[in-house]
Amino acid sequence: MEKFMLIFHGGISPDSSPEEMQANMGKWLAWVDKLVKEEKYAGGEALLPGGKLVKGNLSTITDGPYTEGKEVVGGYFIVNAASYDDAISLCDGYPDFSTGGSIQVRQVMKFDM
Amino acid sequence: MIKCEEDISKQIDHLFRHESGKMVAVLSRLLGINHLETAQDIVQDTLLQAMGTWAYNGLPENPAAWLMKVAKNKAIDYIRRESRFAAISPKYAYLLQSELAIAPVINNLFLDQEIADSQLRMIFACCHPAIPQESQIALTLKTLCGLSVHEIAHAFLTSEETIAKRIYRAKEKIKADQIELEAPQGAALILRLDVVLKALYLLFNEGYNSSHTEKIIREDLCMEAIRLCLLLTAHPSTNLPRAKALLSLLCFQASRLNARVDDKGNIILLKYQDRDKWHRPLIQKGFDYLDAAAEPFEESPYHLEAGIASLHAAAPSFEKTDWKTIYHLYELLYKMQPNAVVALNKAIASAYAISSANALKELQQIKGLEQHHLYYASIGEMYFDMGKNSTAKDFFNKALLLTSSAVEKKLLQQKISLCEN
Repeated sequence: MEKFMLIFHGGISPDSSPEEMQANMGKWLAWVDKLVKEEKYAGGEALLPGGKLVKGNLSTITDGPYTEGKEVVGGYFIVNAASYDDAISLCDGYPDFSTGGSIQVRQVMKFDM
Repeated sequence: MIKCEEDISKQIDHLFRHESGKMVAVLSRLLGINHLETAQDIVQDTLLQAMGTWAYNGLPENPAAWLMKVAKNKAIDYIRRESRFAAISPKYAYLLQSELAIAPVINNLFLDQEIADSQLRMIFACCHPAIPQESQIALTLKTLCGLSVHEIAHAFLTSEETIAKRIYRAKEKIKADQIELEAPQGAALILRLDVVLKALYLLFNEGYNSSHTEKIIREDLCMEAIRLCLLLTAHPSTNLPRAKALLSLLCFQASRLNARVDDKGNIILLKYQDRDKWHRPLIQKGFDYLDAAAEPFEESPYHLEAGIASLHAAAPSFEKTDWKTIYHLYELLYKMQPNAVVALNKAIASAYAISSANALKELQQIKGLEQHHLYYASIGEMYFDMGKNSTAKDFFNKALLLTSSAVEKKLLQQKISLCEN
C-alpha cells in the first residue's frame, strides 16, 4: 500500500451562513468517517487562512503564497491507496467540488531501500 | 454515508445557527452594539475554525462549549491585540482597562445566565420601537437566529437586496438613536415587550402562512419564533403572562404544521385536516403554557387567540368544535383589536356558532378588506353554504383575481367547479 497526499484547494466561501457551514462540515465528517472505516485514512489537518512566504534566506517575507480564495490550501489528508487510480477514487465524497474546490493528489515518496 | 450525515446533523441540529446567535449577542454586549459587525466577524471566524477542526478530527465532546470557548478567546485576543478599549462598550472598557481583568470579565459574560441575558438584550434592541417592523424581523433573524441575508430573502420570497436594505435601515436606526443593548425595566418593559411579542408573532405567521414551496423553510421560521419566545418566558424579567400566552398560541399553531399542507404543498383547511396528524406533545405544551399564562391575571390578545386555538385543539372534529365559545372569544378580541382581520375571523366563526346568514351579514359590514382574496372567498363560502351557487361562484372568481399564490388559486378553482355542479 502506498501513501498519497490529498491537498485541498478552495472550497466553501468564508462568507457562508452558519447553516451552510454546518451542512458542509457534516459532509466532511461523513467523508472522513467513510475513509476511516475503509482503513484508507492515515491523517490530516486543516489549515488556517493567511500564511507567509519566506524566500532568500529570510530576506523576503511576503503574505501568501495564495490570496485568491479558490487557490488557498485549506488542508490535507494522507490516505492509503494502492495506486493513483485508487487514490483518485477516494476523492469521491469530497464535499467542495460543487463550490469550486479542487484536490491535488500527490504520491508520498518512500525512503526504504 | 447518508445515514451518517443525518446522524451528525441530528446530533447538532442547527448548532452553528443557534450558537452564532448566542455568540453575537454576547460579543455585541461586550463590544457595544455599534460594533455588531465586529462581533459577527469574530463569530464567523469561530465557525470557520470549528468547521476546519471538526471536519478533520471529529466532533468535540461538547460542541457548543467548544464554540463559546473559541469565540471567547478570539474576543480576548481582539481586545488585547489592538488595545481597543476605545472600541468597546463604555461599561466594559472601564473594567477591561486592567490587563488582569480582561479574562475574568469576559469569562463572566460567557456564563449561561449571562448568555441568556445578552440574548434578551439583543431581542429588545432588534425589536426597538424606533425600527420599522419589517426591519425588526430581518435584523432579529440575522443576529439572533444566525440566518444569512440570502436565507432570509429566500424564506420571505423576496430579493437579497430588499433584506439587506431592511437590515441596513435597522442598523442605521440603532446608531442614529443610540439604541443600547439593555433590557428595559419597570413600566417601559411592558411597552417594549409588546413590540417584541408582536415581532415574534409576525415572524411565526410569516412561516405559518407563507406559501413557500419548501416546508422546511416555513417550519424554520415558526421554530425560530418559538425558540425566541421560550427565551422570553424563561427569563424572570420577561416571563409575563402575555409572553406565556403567545408561546401557548405558537405551540397550538405549530402542532398543526404537518396537517395543514399536503405532500404537494397544497394548503389543507382546518375543516379537512387529519387531526391524527396534529402534534400531540406540542398541543400539550400549548395547554401547559396557557395554564401558566392565567396568573397573575392579565388580558392580552394572545390570551384570547391562544384560548381560541386551544378550543380547536381540544375538539374531536370540526363539527364538534365549541364554536359558540370561539365566537365569544373573537368578540372579546374584536373589542381589544377592532380591525378588519379579526372581524373576518369573527364572522367566519359565527357561521358555525350561529348561521351562514349571520356570517354573511357580518362579512358585508367589514370595511378595508376589498383587496383581500380571503374576504371574497369567505363571502363565497357563505353563499355556497346557503345554496346560492351562482352568487358564490362570482365571489370565488373575485377572490381568484386577487391571490398570487398557486396553492390558493388551486383551492379556489376547486370551489368554483363545486359551484358548477
